[in-house]
Amino acid sequence: MNVSRLERRAVMAQLLEERGGLLVVTGLGATAWDLASLSDSPHDFPLWGAMGGAAMFGLGLALAQPDRPVVVFTGDGEMLMGLGALSTIATTRPSNLSVVVLDNERYGETGSQHTHTAAGVDLAAVARACGFERTTTVREESDIPALRVNLHAGGNPLLAVVKVALTADPMTLPPRDGTYLKNRMRAALLGPRAIYE
Amino acid sequence: MSEPVSTFQNPAGTWSQAVYDVLKAQNVRLVPFVPDGGHRGLIEHCQADPDMRAVTLTTEEEGVALAAGAWVGGVRSVLLMQSSGVGNCINMLSLLKTCQMPLVTLVTMRGEWGEFNPWQVPMGQATPDVLRAMGVLVQRVDDPELLPGEVDAALRLAYSTYSPVAVLLSQKLLGAKKFGGSK
Repeated sequence: MNVSRLERRAVMAQLLEERGGLLVVTGLGATAWDLASLSDSPHDFPLWGAMGGAAMFGLGLALAQPDRPVVVFTGDGEMLMGLGALSTIATTRPSNLSVVVLDNERYGETGSQHTHTAAGVDLAAVARACGFERTTTVREESDIPALRVNLHAGGNPLLAVVKVALTADPMTLPPRDGTYLKNRMRAALLGPRAIYE
Repeated sequence: MSEPVSTFQNPAGTWSQAVYDVLKAQNVRLVPFVPDGGHRGLIEHCQADPDMRAVTLTTEEEGVALAAGAWVGGVRSVLLMQSSGVGNCINMLSLLKTCQMPLVTLVTMRGEWGEFNPWQVPMGQATPDVLRAMGVLVQRVDDPELLPGEVDAALRLAYSTYSPVAVLLSQKLLGAKKFGGSK
């Protein structure tokens, strides 16, 4: 049972302090709204769909931009839909990818039905079994600063489960036009010429 | 390198080198795949190339999301799968359509010409319709001699028009899979 008192937006805000060139991908739903409440940057790619694909999108971005740290924020439901990605990431071994699961143990967008993490499925243990050398489960605010340092530092793939409270946050929407999100990030990473390719 | 296999398609990879050459010339650097006997030679060419990254997937939809992220970061991908894998990609393809992202996928066909396995038929027959329904442009190829040119054209189409394009390598092109044994 989730007894965490951590608030998801406060956690994300702390993890993204002084983010520099950090690239952020989110899964659909709450993590996208969380990011939009904090940031609207060319270095953000909030997904509005493609459930189960956030970690793989992050892997592609990380492989293409090996000199920049990439962080995927997603929810427990979204991560559970794409568990195979953890094995693909672990075996591909990018040097700049972290996945942070903000785990409230619920499908928060659809009526707060339990996900399997509510019944004890341990995503950090799954990641370890897949070969992630760096995993952590965070339940206390005091552990957030160290996680923030690790997200920026790079190294072997990192999976962090942050147990967060079930909260009713305002729905803050990021831009919904995928072509805008795409062109904005490509121009930021590749220069304005990317738009003319 | 290759371990002996029994009767899979395209054991000699007659077209594999020419298709690999097209991928190189078009600056494809990431090749995610769920393996298929028909893709075997091409996969091995890509794995042997230090400037290419061949990524084994657990399911084909991973490759759609991977390729999308890579292209946003400036890297071109070609996704290799069998026709059964197209069904595993359906919702993830919405990412490409919505964001107008290019992708070329080479799909080895099952469930048609000379098929042995009835379980391959439903998805094989539905493959072109499913792809088109999700906004993927479809080029079917029956002649291995034409395949490299078709792949080159698919890459130009995809990256010039921000479109996902599937090249279907027909079972006639590949040669139908044969199984030994009786009963």
